[in-house]
Amino acid sequence: MAEKLKIAAYSAAGCGGCEIALLEIHEHIVELAEAADIVFWPAVADLKYADVEAMEDGYIDVCLFNGAIRTTENEEIAHLLRRKSKALVAFGACAAFGGIPGLGNLFSAFELQERAYTTESTDVTDTRPRTHAEDNSSTVPAFRERVSALSGVASIDYLVPGCAPESPQVWGVCQAIIAGELPVGQLTVGAGDRSVCEDCSRPKRGTRVAKFVRPHQIMPEPDWCLLEQGIVCMGPATRSGCGGRCPAAAMPCRGCYGPAGDAIDQGAKMASALGTIIDSEDEQVIIDTIAQVADPTGTFYCFSLPTSLLGGVRTSRKETSR
Amino acid sequence: MKRVSIDPITRLEGHGRIDMFMTDDGAVDHAYLVIPELRGFEKFLEGRPVEELPLITQRICGVCPEAHHAAAAKAADAVYGLEIPMAAEISRRLQYNAFMSGDHATHFYALGGPDFIVGPDAPAAERNLLGVVRTVGLDLATKVIRMRKEAHEIAELLGGRRIHPVSMVPGGISQPVTRETATRLEEIGRYMVDFAMQSQQIFADIVLGNQAYLDMVLSESYVSRTNYLALVNDKNQPDPYDGMVRIVSPEGVEIAKYHPSEYLEHFSERVEPWSYLKLPYLKKLGWHGTDDAAAHAVIRSGPLGSLNAGDGMQTPLAQEQYEKFYATLGGKPVHNTLAYHWARLIEMLQAAELVLQYATDERLLDPNCRTLPGKAVGEGVGCVEAPRGLLTHHYKTDEDGIVQSVNMIVGTTYNYPAIQMSVQKAARGLITAGTQLTEPLMNRIEMAFRAYDPCFGCATHALTGSGPLEVRAYGPDGALLDAIRRDYEGNITHPDESEVRR
Repeated sequence: MAEKLKIAAYSAAGCGGCEIALLEIHEHIVELAEAADIVFWPAVADLKYADVEAMEDGYIDVCLFNGAIRTTENEEIAHLLRRKSKALVAFGACAAFGGIPGLGNLFSAFELQERAYTTESTDVTDTRPRTHAEDNSSTVPAFRERVSALSGVASIDYLVPGCAPESPQVWGVCQAIIAGELPVGQLTVGAGDRSVCEDCSRPKRGTRVAKFVRPHQIMPEPDWCLLEQGIVCMGPATRSGCGGRCPAAAMPCRGCYGPAGDAIDQGAKMASALGTIIDSEDEQVIIDTIAQVADPTGTFYCFSLPTSLLGGVRTSRKETSR
Repeated sequence: MKRVSIDPITRLEGHGRIDMFMTDDGAVDHAYLVIPELRGFEKFLEGRPVEELPLITQRICGVCPEAHHAAAAKAADAVYGLEIPMAAEISRRLQYNAFMSGDHATHFYALGGPDFIVGPDAPAAERNLLGVVRTVGLDLATKVIRMRKEAHEIAELLGGRRIHPVSMVPGGISQPVTRETATRLEEIGRYMVDFAMQSQQIFADIVLGNQAYLDMVLSESYVSRTNYLALVNDKNQPDPYDGMVRIVSPEGVEIAKYHPSEYLEHFSERVEPWSYLKLPYLKKLGWHGTDDAAAHAVIRSGPLGSLNAGDGMQTPLAQEQYEKFYATLGGKPVHNTLAYHWARLIEMLQAAELVLQYATDERLLDPNCRTLPGKAVGEGVGCVEAPRGLLTHHYKTDEDGIVQSVNMIVGTTYNYPAIQMSVQKAARGLITAGTQLTEPLMNRIEMAFRAYDPCFGCATHALTGSGPLEVRAYGPDGALLDAIRRDYEGNITHPDESEVRR
């Protein structure tokens, strides 16, 4: 009998939604358990870091790593799991692109921490969590200056986009793992290779936009592209794979599957898409209309700031390189 | 003082650790539950349009996204001064209670329940969902999976997605609910009520019918005499979606009742150097630490808080169970931490009954489901009772609804001082001078936090193993004094010194 596959899963700076997505394969979890041993998954099996350290390098066949790299502990475990895994998979938007925690790169680490300990309801003190102690007092791991995607601190073999990845896609990836058929030379798995628009249930009518509105400001008409109704929908700039769930629920895409197709920068792709839909050929009118978009940085890079060309606004981009 | 660490604590998502500091004769002097995580949401939400916060803040937690989704939507309603249409109110309530009911079910069967259903001293490898299946049978396990699946189906039907739903927007919901959807919601609601009723019977048979368990529930190591907090309706009955915050003293006397927007008058949060997580306490009573004897500013929220600080349940079947709860456990308030499990099942039943009630309310189908906003009022508080306790979102915006500042106190944070207090008390009660460190003993310390279903571990809901655990004792010089390790199979070993020194 062939040796069972060894699979690991880990959550760094994430929300737990990716781990729920893994479990959302429901009855298929039994098939997965028959084909593979889970050799490390703190949320479920809680083996120790020391147990992973004791493994031979490359002992784990596939490691599904979710969550962004926010603390020094996240980074150390990423390095450890890279060493111990034959294939390291950035699972979900945070590990793949930095995700929502990546919006933290709009501020310095100091600002992020200071706000947490100076809110209206917090006692005014100089006390802050300590990362070092002279004796054996309790400490916490340090906050890194910037959030990175997994690829910012370790080389990755595959990337599964989505916040959270949709369960049929997750099961598809699991089947490929079980069959030993993860594609060679292809980074993104568990997604399509087009844009969300291609799968969207809301047809385009070929109309153009004179003015952008925010999602809560109008009740959109059914069966009509939200972008053509003036709601900024990230569909044109976002990779397909989710089936267009948010637009089907009358809410705009926010880009959780990352940059569409071969686009490198999701925000740049979106800005260019908006340029083509505005009802004017006049450059100034186009610029003024795009300026109506509330919070373009937070909207265009909602899930992908750390791996975008911007990276963040305060510091250099060096951490996003492999 | 030497330190004994349980690192990481089992059945927690993310990273939690218990540090116990020992006296020279081996008793626990004091203990900390350390949370080494922070992502900085409050700051990076500044500058975002407020209507995006129901989408962004749910990424705080992918296990209870609906709680953040709803609290944020309500805060955003308030920022614009909007009353939402009745159809939207009912739809949101339905979605919220379905989430609550499903979430409680998975905690009982997969996470906290195994300690009772399989037994606290059963082999560690048995103390998990598979052990539950062996004890209660595959038939019930199938029902548990179905319960979870159908709760997620409601999230998809009403919220658009199973994880991180999108439908709650400032002013209401994104689109009307159809007749076809309502029919399915009603079917699921009926199933949820049946399932919740069966669960009451299972609890009665397995826990209440076993004197040893009842003795453990009632034992002093698992008693924390605190204040209690509930979100209540106009009859003072617990209402997870909306209401006033009511607080009762350890004697059960009402000491505060306030609109959630007045939270700053009632709560302060303390910063400690040993954890990223802050510790909220009742401002008027002042911080007195988390020692059992002095901890009178500590509140408990979540299911036990809801029952103790409420006056009965909203729905008839849950009310019957509520009466049985206090008759069995000796009157109100109940201070026994392990009673959280039973209280959770009663809350699960009420939520299921409410799902069915809302699903059959014709007003749900009204196509008018959104109030469109004008200029922002500029400030709003949104509050729900999350499965693990009160959840408060507080936003300030400019007149265009662009966020200027955010403050949040989440469910597990409200309970953090009490969890800390219960863990410390269990550790002190169970480890005294000369006590041998054993695996079941460690599990009984862990049971003190597990009762609260803390959200730093909420991803463990759907499956669990009572996994490996290692406890190490260090001397003042950092030298290892003692260690035990429980592996994945539940075997206990004493790793040799060279191994654990690593």
